[in-house]
Amino acid sequence: MISYKLISRLALAFVAMLGVQAAAQTIAITGGKVYPVSGPPIENGTVVITNGKITAVGVNVPIPAGAQRIDATGKTVTPGFVNSSTQLGVQEVSAVNDTRDMSARGKDNIAAAFTVWEGLNPNSVMLAPARKEGITSFVVIPTGGLVAGQAALVDVVPGTTTDMIIRAPVAMVAEIGDPQQAGVGSRGELIVKLRELLDDTKFFRTHRDAFDRAQTRPFAASRLDLQAMIPVIEGRLPLLVTVDRASDIDAAMRLAREYNVKLMISSGAEAWMVADRLAASRIPVLTGAMNNIPGGFAALGQRQENAGLLRKAGVAVALIGNAGGGDEEAFNVRNLRQEGGNAVSYGMIWDDALRAVTLAPAEFFGVADRIGSLQPGREGNVVVWSGDPFEFTTRAEHVFVRGREYNEKTRQDLLIERYKSLPSTHNTPRP
Amino acid sequence: MRAFLCVLLVGAAACASAPSQTTTSNTPARDSTVADIGRGGTSTPNADPFPSTYVPFPARTTVIRNVNILTAAGPLIRNGAILLQNGKIAAVGASVDAPADALVIDGAGKYVTPGLIDDHSHLGVYAAPGGNALSDGNEATGPTTPQVWAEHSVWPQDPQFPRNLAGGVTTLQVLPGSANLIGGRSVVLKVVPGRTVQAMKFPGAKYGLKMACGENPKRVYGQRGGPQTRMGNVAGYRAAWIKAQEYRRKWDKWNSDHKGDPPARDLGNETLAEVLRGNIFVHNHCYRADEMAQMIDISHEFGYKIRSFHHGVEAYKIADLLAKEGISGSLWADWGAFKMEAIDAVKPNLVLVDHAGARAIVHSDDPSGSQRLNQEAAKAMEAGAEIGIAVSEDQAIKWMTINPAWALGLDDKIGSLEAGKNADVVLWTGDPFSVYSKPEKVWIDGALLYDRQDPSEQWRTDFELGFVPFNRN
Repeated sequence: MISYKLISRLALAFVAMLGVQAAAQTIAITGGKVYPVSGPPIENGTVVITNGKITAVGVNVPIPAGAQRIDATGKTVTPGFVNSSTQLGVQEVSAVNDTRDMSARGKDNIAAAFTVWEGLNPNSVMLAPARKEGITSFVVIPTGGLVAGQAALVDVVPGTTTDMIIRAPVAMVAEIGDPQQAGVGSRGELIVKLRELLDDTKFFRTHRDAFDRAQTRPFAASRLDLQAMIPVIEGRLPLLVTVDRASDIDAAMRLAREYNVKLMISSGAEAWMVADRLAASRIPVLTGAMNNIPGGFAALGQRQENAGLLRKAGVAVALIGNAGGGDEEAFNVRNLRQEGGNAVSYGMIWDDALRAVTLAPAEFFGVADRIGSLQPGREGNVVVWSGDPFEFTTRAEHVFVRGREYNEKTRQDLLIERYKSLPSTHNTPRP
Repeated sequence: MRAFLCVLLVGAAACASAPSQTTTSNTPARDSTVADIGRGGTSTPNADPFPSTYVPFPARTTVIRNVNILTAAGPLIRNGAILLQNGKIAAVGASVDAPADALVIDGAGKYVTPGLIDDHSHLGVYAAPGGNALSDGNEATGPTTPQVWAEHSVWPQDPQFPRNLAGGVTTLQVLPGSANLIGGRSVVLKVVPGRTVQAMKFPGAKYGLKMACGENPKRVYGQRGGPQTRMGNVAGYRAAWIKAQEYRRKWDKWNSDHKGDPPARDLGNETLAEVLRGNIFVHNHCYRADEMAQMIDISHEFGYKIRSFHHGVEAYKIADLLAKEGISGSLWADWGAFKMEAIDAVKPNLVLVDHAGARAIVHSDDPSGSQRLNQEAAKAMEAGAEIGIAVSEDQAIKWMTINPAWALGLDDKIGSLEAGKNADVVLWTGDPFSVYSKPEKVWIDGALLYDRQDPSEQWRTDFELGFVPFNRN
């Protein structure tokens, strides 16, 4: 982890140096209703971005000479949105195998060493549509097996994967609701298998020399997987568990307590049933507000009020797409704001919903010092919305990532331009 | 996404070991008298063997006053009123006269719309909680299965039905899946609690025929005897229609002269012949513009009409052709890019189709999306505004009401708020195109069947009892 942090910091410094000509500018967004998220909203506020970073937020903020001014009067200014459950960049067309890079074969359904971001394609055409609708950062999540691999949090910026990374890894991902996928016969056996992995990791951690001399018993996982699990048992890297059934969430909590693992719940259809205990254990939940279907025996209690009820009980919540359909992990990552609106519609306080798509995920993944709020020193990830960001009639009018405004045409924009007026023949329209 | 892929792929999994079957055997008719041929007599051997037993639920005369009304038949009526009486819309306007005993609902700040209609649903045939036991939407034992009827797969206790009703949906077309070139008959259902599927069937509704283009059939059958290619798909449709023409000819002749024994009955060809006679509507799953144009040519070759292209993510590329042919587009607002034939999806698709003068329909193909057809429409409206094509709420409401009603051939009964039509009505907490609005009350044929404020008016399926905590509101 340390090495990745270091690499990403060096890379950022490098990009900052390179970008001096292109992005060394000052932007002042004035007159809008500013939601810093880390503090109360500011009417008629100003946000100043200098050299890619936010340098001032407030009222009566002096505007540096030569700043590019953006009049946000009557508009809403928020941190860029963070979608914390995506396969953006590792899945272009999900039914085209050649474009799917979110899963590892691993060994015996354990792929802890898998660093999904190594396969991330910064040139994916899925990135621009997301950014166009205010998504400035996302978590790329590996899927499949029992332990799927490690997740990364990246910004939607051009360049290399290294340029994009804010932090990697940000979590170890496991899926514990599905024994079949985990390669075991039942839920109980799945927990046994996880326990064996954690035990072996503990042992491996203190007996590496013996392991290298081939003087240890065989382990449940490969050397690389055990190595990757060490930050998890040291409590430095959260274990993000995809799980729905209340009893499975409970099992995950027991295991986390036993091994002192920092737990996060993803999907969590029935998390509302154990909300008080999740709150008491300070376990965050990533869930959505657009699914109420008992879509399996593990999700009989699925309901749209889940996020609101969890919040009410004091659980920290990040909103993610959870209804399936339409490629919500890639092309429709952009619908996070619809998730926010529905969360509000089903009981979440509006400010909490905004937090759940900005600062909350930044906190969960340990990057709140970089993104998720409008404060001096944070990355210039800022969106100017024409109104309430959760409402359909609202548009993301200006999207800044690390201080640079993006308004390039998406692939969809180009198609619309081509076909907006159809010729009288069936020839393809020409410009 | 997981659930969605399941619907598409499950057919392949379910029939991996099943033998390929490309022809259906002709079963000789047991009897040869006209009397035994049954209801519908001369047009088809047995037109309505599973008749609707739907009876409207008890209804109270109800007037909603001081409410904004999107009628789908004219401009928004602000602070108007609507009277539901004897299962019908008795009056709608700036004000209405109501009998003294009518239940009066104050709709201040709220909206009324027609009951929403989703013309692309798999509720009941891919029922929750899912799994193989409830996977009944694709008869993927052969690429051409016009002999199957979706209603024979519908589980009336699917817990997705009441959730759909709570989303304001009062009428559904339940279709077979898209594994097959010709997937079978659809069924039109009222979203009502029924002990049997017949009790949910919309009386008098025409059947639809599900057809599918492109990737799905060739993926499912590519390694199992074909079709393996798009050209194989087209050959498959044409071969089926050639047989259907022959079948129809024989039966039409016999129906007119009753000479000798009637021809042998064949379930699949009965359905296809009814399509050729114009009595069953074709609902064609098709993504790409070029393939839609080919399907239109096939319809010309055999003399049937395509009522609607479903999914049609490239409908905007041939919106003029759809308008000319009188074919509606049953579309998503923003789904796309999950397979090759979906990569050119654009958000204003609905708007561009509407703008070209074709009927645009918001459909779901998804038990979650079906609960938020209003939100899907709102997303498309905004995408239209962004490219300079403003769509009014008066127009957009049609995408989920009168236009799908037309696609089902029911636009004389449902789909708009006009005197004499069925009282399928939704009272919304606010503007239905806002993310913050939800259906508050839903009536079907004048009967209140959902009330967000009153749990006793919230339908729970048998499955939910005990299994599912009562938690909806």
